[in-house]
Amino acid sequence: MSTPPASAPLVEMRNISKRFGGVHAVDDVSVDLYPGEVVGLLGHNGAGKSTLIKMLAGAYPADSGEIYISGEKVAIETPRDARRYGIETIYQTLALADNLDAPANLFLGRELRTSLGLLDDDAMEHEARAVLHRLNPNFKNIKDPVKNMSGGQRQSVAIARAILFNAKILIMDEPTAALGPQETAMVAELIKQLKKEGIGIFLISHDLHDVFDLSDRVSVMKNGRLVGTRDTSKVTKDEVLGMIILGKLPEEETPEELAELH
Amino acid sequence: MASHVEAKEVEPEAAAPTALRLGAVEQFSRLTGLDTRLLAMLGALVVIWVVLDFLSGGLFLTPRNLFNLAVQGSAVGIMATGMVLVIVARHIDLSVGSVLGFIGMSIAFLQVEVFPLGAAWNWPLTIVAGLALGALVGLWQGAWVAYGGVPAFVVTLGGLLIFRGGAFEITDGRTVAPLDPVYQLLGGGVDGSIGATPSWVLGLIAVAAVVFFSLKARTKRARYGFPIKPLWAEIAMICAWSALIIGFVIVMNAYTKPRSDIPRGIPVPVLILLAVVIVMTFVARFTTFGRYVFAMGGNPEAAALSGINVKRTTIMIFVVMGMLCAVAAVVTTARLNAGTNSMGTLAELNVIAAAVIGGTSLAGGLGTIPGAILGAVIMQSLDNGMVLLGVSSSLRSIVIGLVLICAVWFDVVYNRNRR
Repeated sequence: MSTPPASAPLVEMRNISKRFGGVHAVDDVSVDLYPGEVVGLLGHNGAGKSTLIKMLAGAYPADSGEIYISGEKVAIETPRDARRYGIETIYQTLALADNLDAPANLFLGRELRTSLGLLDDDAMEHEARAVLHRLNPNFKNIKDPVKNMSGGQRQSVAIARAILFNAKILIMDEPTAALGPQETAMVAELIKQLKKEGIGIFLISHDLHDVFDLSDRVSVMKNGRLVGTRDTSKVTKDEVLGMIILGKLPEEETPEELAELH
Repeated sequence: MASHVEAKEVEPEAAAPTALRLGAVEQFSRLTGLDTRLLAMLGALVVIWVVLDFLSGGLFLTPRNLFNLAVQGSAVGIMATGMVLVIVARHIDLSVGSVLGFIGMSIAFLQVEVFPLGAAWNWPLTIVAGLALGALVGLWQGAWVAYGGVPAFVVTLGGLLIFRGGAFEITDGRTVAPLDPVYQLLGGGVDGSIGATPSWVLGLIAVAAVVFFSLKARTKRARYGFPIKPLWAEIAMICAWSALIIGFVIVMNAYTKPRSDIPRGIPVPVLILLAVVIVMTFVARFTTFGRYVFAMGGNPEAAALSGINVKRTTIMIFVVMGMLCAVAAVVTTARLNAGTNSMGTLAELNVIAAAVIGGTSLAGGLGTIPGAILGAVIMQSLDNGMVLLGVSSSLRSIVIGLVLICAVWFDVVYNRNRR
């Protein structure tokens, strides 16, 4: 079995299930995450990774199962609930309002207001400039609608939104899918930095190579079920690949099956 | 005042490479912050006015006609400000004309046949009742859209029939008249203007406000060290707005009461429109509600994932629209001095056209309230100008229909070219 760090789990999702019509999108899955830990959530497209994580993010409620945050049972029914528990999500689609500028997107749903309760656009722009400059020093056109921005800039806006509000738990769904090599390296650097700050990160990807080196543990899903969770230090990439493709644990994989993967 | 503000203006070195690639118009729009599309519409309005004036032998651009045009366009302008929010949020409201008729009839009926005639509280209370009714209509339609999941197109198409029928049912189609003499002033009749001196006072206050708020915004941005527009562009914008305000006051004061040389000044319904424009612009730009409407239009899923209560915001949009229909109903009944069951028929087309011509994109997420007012002025100018030229009403509706199609086509082409 895997050996997670000794402190209390930051997040524990127990026996989570979700159906869409007759399809069991997520079937009795349990995963956990510790402070300062990166857990890679792997599986093919349609394995149920995004569905599982959207229940943690409050995008839709679970049919059954329990979620514990720092050992305490919580009910997460809306994105607002998730944010209250310090859970921030970077969606694969980025979930940006394309017609709005970067500051408006960063603060969407929790705008800074003046003493009269009105939008304080200048204060929001001020903070947005600071955080975006830290992520990407070349970021100049932050007052443009984000639809006029490059893929990397849009990704920066989505990441900045997640780290701006002192997240404890970060969910990154395919964070580097739209990025070039240089920007991918930047995201990897950021993940290491956030890890040092004690933030727990769920890293979701269909591509093993994107996450293997960054993750402390990997949880593999197939057809809505959890195949298993392993320390990355104790498994090889091939064994994890076997988990993803065959849906079997390393000890169940035969050498012939592994050979066929190549 | 702003000259000693030490802040970096848009750096010429940094701006130069981009500036080369942009056309002169685009560069101007970038510096002044004016949308190119809005500039195109302003150009179109000038062309329309000059052509109509020429064709009508100088009848169009007279104080008398411009005064009437402003009064006639008020109701459509008032509703267009709300339609901007509706369309920005990817909905539509086809019922506004019928709702205007229904609320207008309700107000007239209450005023003439229910409340005691001549009581000082009669007409103010009918306005309050009308606004409440507008809010209820909005609640009803908004709830169907937000919680019932019925597309706004269908809900408000139903509303178009329901409220037109309702307007008839209130008095079995009978016209209700006359209305309270004080109430009639809200419609901008012979005495329904505020006179020369108050018009000047208001105009000068407006100019002072433009100067104050422009400079305030500028100094605040400078304090944060944000890039700001060049000073000449700021001053040019202030001058343009001031010229527009002062020109408007001069024209309204140049039209006199019948058989006298007493200037009329700004008509009350236009004042109501201006107040609505200021409030709605404020709501759209400086409140979280306004921000959420635009976010929903830009990406409904992102809005929901950001924790925005999309359903409640949707209902609010329709409530605001319903209340603006009530304001338009007040102006319309006061002007007619009656309530008739056909009031507001086909107004929805003018209102939607005004919003779309003014740059509100039917794809959602884009639109401005001043743009919609410009659109309303264009629509009203075409209609009014064709009446002056003696164009038949059937031909007028053909032209208005074509303009509507062309406006949406322009929207499609404009958006395609921007990608």
